[in-house]
Amino acid sequence: MREHFFPDFDWHTVFVQPWTEYGDNSFWIVLMGFLVSGTCGLVGCFVILRRMALVGDAISHSLLPGITIAFLLTNSRDTLPMMLGAIAAGITTVVLIEAIRHSSRIKPDAAIGIVFSSLFAIGIILISVFADKIDLDAECVLYGELGFIPLQDIAMFGGVEIGPEPVIRMAIIAVIAIGLLIAFFKEMLVTSFDPGLAASLGINPTRYQYGLTLFLSVVIVSSFESVGVVLVIAMIIFPGATALLITDRLTKAIWLSILFSLLYAVLGFHLATWLEASIAGGMTVIAGFIFGLVWMAAPKRGLLTKLVKRSFKRKTTSP
Amino acid sequence: MNRTGKQILFTLALLALPILAHAAKIGDISETSWTEQAIDFFSFQQPIIRTALIGTLLIGFCCGILGSFLVVRKLSLLGDTLSHAVLPGVAMGFLWNASKDPWAIFVGATAAGILGVALVGWIKQTTHLKEDSAMGMVLAGFYGVGICMTTVIQNLAMGNKSGLDKFFFGQAAALSSGDIRLLGIISLITVVVILLFYKEFLVISFDIGFAQALGMPVKILHYALMALLTFAVVVSLQAVGVVLVSALLITPAAAAFLLTDRMHWMLVLAAVFGMLSGAIGAFVSYLSNNLPTGPFIVLGATSIFLLALLFGPRHGLLPKILRRRKQRKRIALENTLKAVFHLNENSQFTKRAFEAGKLATERNASLHETEAEIRNLVKAGMALRLDTANGTKMSGKAQFELTKPGWYRACEIVRNHRLWELYLTNAAQYQTDHVHDDAEDTEHHLGEDIVLRIEARLKNPIHDPHGKLIPNRDAIKP
Repeated sequence: MREHFFPDFDWHTVFVQPWTEYGDNSFWIVLMGFLVSGTCGLVGCFVILRRMALVGDAISHSLLPGITIAFLLTNSRDTLPMMLGAIAAGITTVVLIEAIRHSSRIKPDAAIGIVFSSLFAIGIILISVFADKIDLDAECVLYGELGFIPLQDIAMFGGVEIGPEPVIRMAIIAVIAIGLLIAFFKEMLVTSFDPGLAASLGINPTRYQYGLTLFLSVVIVSSFESVGVVLVIAMIIFPGATALLITDRLTKAIWLSILFSLLYAVLGFHLATWLEASIAGGMTVIAGFIFGLVWMAAPKRGLLTKLVKRSFKRKTTSP
Repeated sequence: MNRTGKQILFTLALLALPILAHAAKIGDISETSWTEQAIDFFSFQQPIIRTALIGTLLIGFCCGILGSFLVVRKLSLLGDTLSHAVLPGVAMGFLWNASKDPWAIFVGATAAGILGVALVGWIKQTTHLKEDSAMGMVLAGFYGVGICMTTVIQNLAMGNKSGLDKFFFGQAAALSSGDIRLLGIISLITVVVILLFYKEFLVISFDIGFAQALGMPVKILHYALMALLTFAVVVSLQAVGVVLVSALLITPAAAAFLLTDRMHWMLVLAAVFGMLSGAIGAFVSYLSNNLPTGPFIVLGATSIFLLALLFGPRHGLLPKILRRRKQRKRIALENTLKAVFHLNENSQFTKRAFEAGKLATERNASLHETEAEIRNLVKAGMALRLDTANGTKMSGKAQFELTKPGWYRACEIVRNHRLWELYLTNAAQYQTDHVHDDAEDTEHHLGEDIVLRIEARLKNPIHDPHGKLIPNRDAIKP
């Protein structure tokens, strides 16, 4: 217990101690943070370009009933049933949104709002009704916390300890994401920017749209344990959005978004250590801060950059 | 604003006031049956229930009205953004004097909400990022800051921290009488502001360019609406929780949007639907101890929305299907009548009764299908069977004739068809061999006044482009 909101800043306890005294733990937590935000950011670049940001929000909220029902059916917290439940929920969300849009004059934004809030409500009700049977905490789903991921479960591979199981699982998802990105980069690029051109090239834009939605569900469900369903949206949107303020090239934006994810993980971890706050929250604060910096001072389009350029121009052109 | 709409809106607002003044009387009845519980719940006997019910009613009222403006402006998810963005403000208000002081929290949350909405607008204006990304960033970014602050607060050594978690899922029973007073004031302000500036809000909702051209203070109006919205969101948070406030803003308004095309009716309906969902949610969560209020309010609203989606008289799915089926039936009937007219015409108008087999040849259909068509005609009172009673199966030789109404209707359809063909060739310069298919379709949709105008324009023609007689108007109308 302490008195002040901002504790005294001490370089040693904030930046050195976590690494010297709790080195292993800190390493795995930061790595996990990086894997989560990096994978989310990778998918997020395309999500932003396709204006699906709020669909992502909807999917992340409807995971709650998905994993709850999966849990009730299988009575286990294994990864596979949870994953399947979440993917089913993600697909249901998208299908319901499309159904409302096509069968009535309700606009897509209202359809998104109606669907995700209803599904989320069902999730909360299920959890409260079966509270004695369910070992799931709604608040845990909502917040998630990097500090609480079970690091003691060590994954073994060929008899060798390779690291905590959740981190390894996330790493596998990240590798799959990178693999998919390399395999389908051209198709994703074309369908994101010009669905008409894609269709004329024989690439079915709808198929890639659903593919992205599917993979987005997978990424969200593997991340929510660490960052919670709301902050996963931050991890999806912030890296890509910040990168797209700096560059117009998608490849460059993807590299930049990975760099930003690394910054979020490292700086967020230290911020949270200093304030004794949630690490996911700390990462989001850093993400918002970096976005603000780039927004103001990006090389070409920053607000301040433009201002300085303009005043410089005025000085040189005035007689 | 339409006078009735105005009156209803105002009455609804006033209705809440005497309830607020109702004296407290603690009931200690132990309920047994569902109905008794319902009676007990809605009789305003127990103060806690009363506050919860009044609270949810007021919340539904406020959110329904303000949400309508969001829904018609396609800004539905701004409500979601707002409800997440107020979180750091709530935490800040909480820090202010280390307790759950509704006013401090209210001020902090409102400030954060308005800052969030302003940021969304600003990001959209100054970067090439789209609205959805801007909303997502503000939503998640502010929420992240809020999470950081609440986790810190939980570690702080200070007074009463309980109640902060109510902001996430909401519990109507957690509403205090202070909250209710706040809610009542906000509802009243909302109604008064909307009534005073209804025309202005209407114009900026549908045509911002027009509003600017009229010299309206568009920015001020926009932020006034956003401020009201933030008020409503902040006071609703405790009862329904952060995530579900947006449902209260969107769902009742969307249901109302399905039922009416008039803004003032939409406002009234949305307010009523919001209150209804509020009452449903409060009641269901009252039935059992461990049921949260917010989710049931949301499901109540969703049920209303689904009902409107399925059964709404004008835009509902079911009425649409029924209308389409009715129209298809009418068109089939009219096509049969037209075929009978052709039979008549081929006999130089000498015969009145025809064989079912002849009609089948004319319609190019099987005897079985033709039999069904004749039966439909008979059912509609447009034909008579001359051979046997209605129930028996027809042979190809079975005779039937059109009744007077049937004959008139047949003439009308043929007249529509031939006039339209003539109109297309004469006035629209179509080739004579291209007009038939178009007329096949249009003949079923021409109203009497349009036919008269076409007739006048073509100077009361006698023959169609193919040289056939056009049935005369005077001959048709008895």
